Amino acid sequence: MPEPAPLSPRSALLTRRRLLTLGALGAAGVATGAGGSFLLTHRHRAVPARYRFFDDHEAALLVEICERLIPRDDTPGATDAGVIHFIDRQLRGAHARHQAAYRQGLKAFHQTCLAVARAPFAELAPEKKDEFLRLLESGKAPRAGWSDPSPQEFFRLLVEHTMQGFYGPPRHGGNRGYASYKMLGLDTPQIIGRNRPARS
Amino acid sequence: MTLPPVNVVIVGAGAGGGIVAKELSEAGLTVVLLERGGWVGFDVNGHDDLINQRVSALGTGFGPDERHPRVTEGAPGKWRTVGPTDGGYGNNAACVGSGTVSYGAMAWRFMEQDFRMRSLYGAPEGSTLDDWPVTYADLEPFYEKAEWEIGVAGDMRTNPFSPPRAKGYPMPAFPYNREGRLLEAAARRLGLNPFPIPMLRNSVPYRGRNACIGCRYCVGFACEINAKCGTHNTVIPAALATGHCDLRTHAIAGEIVIDERGRARGVKYFDAQDRAQFQPADLVVVSGGAIETARLLLNSKSKLFPTGAGNRHDWVGRNLQGHAYAGAQGLFAEETYDDVGAGATIAVSNFNHGNPGLRGGAMLANEFIRLPYQFARARPANAARWGKAHKDYQRHFFKRSMNVQGPVQEMPVFTARADVDPAVQDHWGIPVARLSGNRHAHDLEIARFISARAEQWLKEAGAIATRTTIPGLAMRGGQHQAGTCRMGNDPKTSVTDRHGRVHDIPNLFLADGSLHVTNGGFNPVLTIMALGYWVSHHIKAGWRHGGLR
Repeated sequence: MPEPAPLSPRSALLTRRRLLTLGALGAAGVATGAGGSFLLTHRHRAVPARYRFFDDHEAALLVEICERLIPRDDTPGATDAGVIHFIDRQLRGAHARHQAAYRQGLKAFHQTCLAVARAPFAELAPEKKDEFLRLLESGKAPRAGWSDPSPQEFFRLLVEHTMQGFYGPPRHGGNRGYASYKMLGLDTPQIIGRNRPARS
Repeated sequence: MTLPPVNVVIVGAGAGGGIVAKELSEAGLTVVLLERGGWVGFDVNGHDDLINQRVSALGTGFGPDERHPRVTEGAPGKWRTVGPTDGGYGNNAACVGSGTVSYGAMAWRFMEQDFRMRSLYGAPEGSTLDDWPVTYADLEPFYEKAEWEIGVAGDMRTNPFSPPRAKGYPMPAFPYNREGRLLEAAARRLGLNPFPIPMLRNSVPYRGRNACIGCRYCVGFACEINAKCGTHNTVIPAALATGHCDLRTHAIAGEIVIDERGRARGVKYFDAQDRAQFQPADLVVVSGGAIETARLLLNSKSKLFPTGAGNRHDWVGRNLQGHAYAGAQGLFAEETYDDVGAGATIAVSNFNHGNPGLRGGAMLANEFIRLPYQFARARPANAARWGKAHKDYQRHFFKRSMNVQGPVQEMPVFTARADVDPAVQDHWGIPVARLSGNRHAHDLEIARFISARAEQWLKEAGAIATRTTIPGLAMRGGQHQAGTCRMGNDPKTSVTDRHGRVHDIPNLFLADGSLHVTNGGFNPVLTIMALGYWVSHHIKAGWRHGGLR
């Protein structure tokens, strides 16, 4: 079990890095002619203000993506299950090696979305969001702004971690209330002894 | 520092080493049992879908940790350093009991034919396929001892291919779950001979431990109620109870010291505080698993054995085997899932031998209960892996799917090996294991045949859609790792004699899967346990006669 990461106080370093990131995003937004920066156009969602790894903008974008990977219908989706919190926690723990992939990937995701769909991801209709995600999945997305990971690799990472967050145990931050187990009709918590095989 | 001498130092408290510790300490020998991991029970990770022996997305549930890297070959000549959660590492486990804490606990005896593969089939080009220097009949009493001392629930009355046995099982077999009942009827219609899988798991209370409650978690996890039988809750506690066995956990063995007369003097290791220690002993037993045992021997260089203990003819670490798992998944219109664990209940042995044009085969059994996360990753190539389609598939098919699969007996390959990396060292400065080579192409021919049989069985059981799973050529041993220090009568083509004694080093023995000449078409643990008793028996005989001191 990895050490639980402390809720990160916003260090001066982190704040500076964040500003640099957002600055870069703004510049890219102008350069692509898509109008406005990530900061100005991003529609804010009601997400908790503090994360271990993500800043609020990254988190808001990731919530939008994960919700398309496992959408809410008549059973809970990724947002309900707290997938974002799973990923956020693991990036300060078992998945720390993927920190740079998320930092760069989310930035490039946003830029590519502006370039391809002419709007921030959050503002797209659900079917347009899925269309954009399928473009990344296909490996045919423009590579401008991407290096490591590639769009396809980043998409696979997102799917992988979203599934972990949705189907893993709640103690890692996702699968809130055993949402996925309930969706599958698995008794939760499992009542020990209930399943004792009848001796035949 | 040099510690007070003992009669025996054993490296590795797994399936083999745990048994040797009990047998020798009960015989009155003083034993030090070194284990690189610690005690890992249910309390550590519980039923964590992401940290267990099947899924190590967030870490290994039963060790080792990242201080134990290995090097693995990707494309030929391309080496990369990997950790225990990475592909290509070939991890089994590192804790007291090793894989027996978390295994699915199938308790197979190999068949008589499995000990005579070369005589029966001849070696294919590029394989070192050979007969064992022991027969099934030699090991039969030791299989029986393993079944009764560790504890097996089984019933072979409906398996005509079961090898002869002097005595039945100590516990009645587990009943079939819903999958088992569907598959039993289908197997009979196909003319097959289904039978309940023998399990190292209590079907009734046995030797002071609980009966299984049929929870949905089993393979990959420590048992919550101690109903699964491993060496950690049977022979190792028995060894400790003798007062003659000192178990030292978090002890990292680095070298067997071999003197100028070619005798083992003891084992150098790092203790839990990373202090260098030397444990002198009259004899040394290595039970580290096929990969780590080979590594320790190769790292034990001496004047007489400059390329490693027992490695005079370059056979240490060769012929690494695992199992080429082959099978099929079937989707069903009706629910097949009844939430009764462990899930795997039924098998057939019709395809272990006698398959036209093939050397050996595999048993086929239904799979343990799949975790929802595992199921989310098991999709036909064209199926959606995300979005509403993913959810719909999960909701509809999680309880309407079955897997049937089997461990294909591999043809040993001399270049499939565990040796020692010339540059990469672990946390303690010990050169790490380096894994390379591939399995034999014939294994894939067998796998295709076995997968087709699995698919046919599922279809007969009513599957509306099936797909087969065929392994690739890449092979790193994994939990069924075996074969790296094969036993044999010819010192030029084997590492130990038929008693597990390393050729030319009279007081150095091995007791684990590394001894296997071939690995059977079955899960190998009961054979490793039987060998533990077999090797112990011959050590005790030698000790009584004074030849080992």
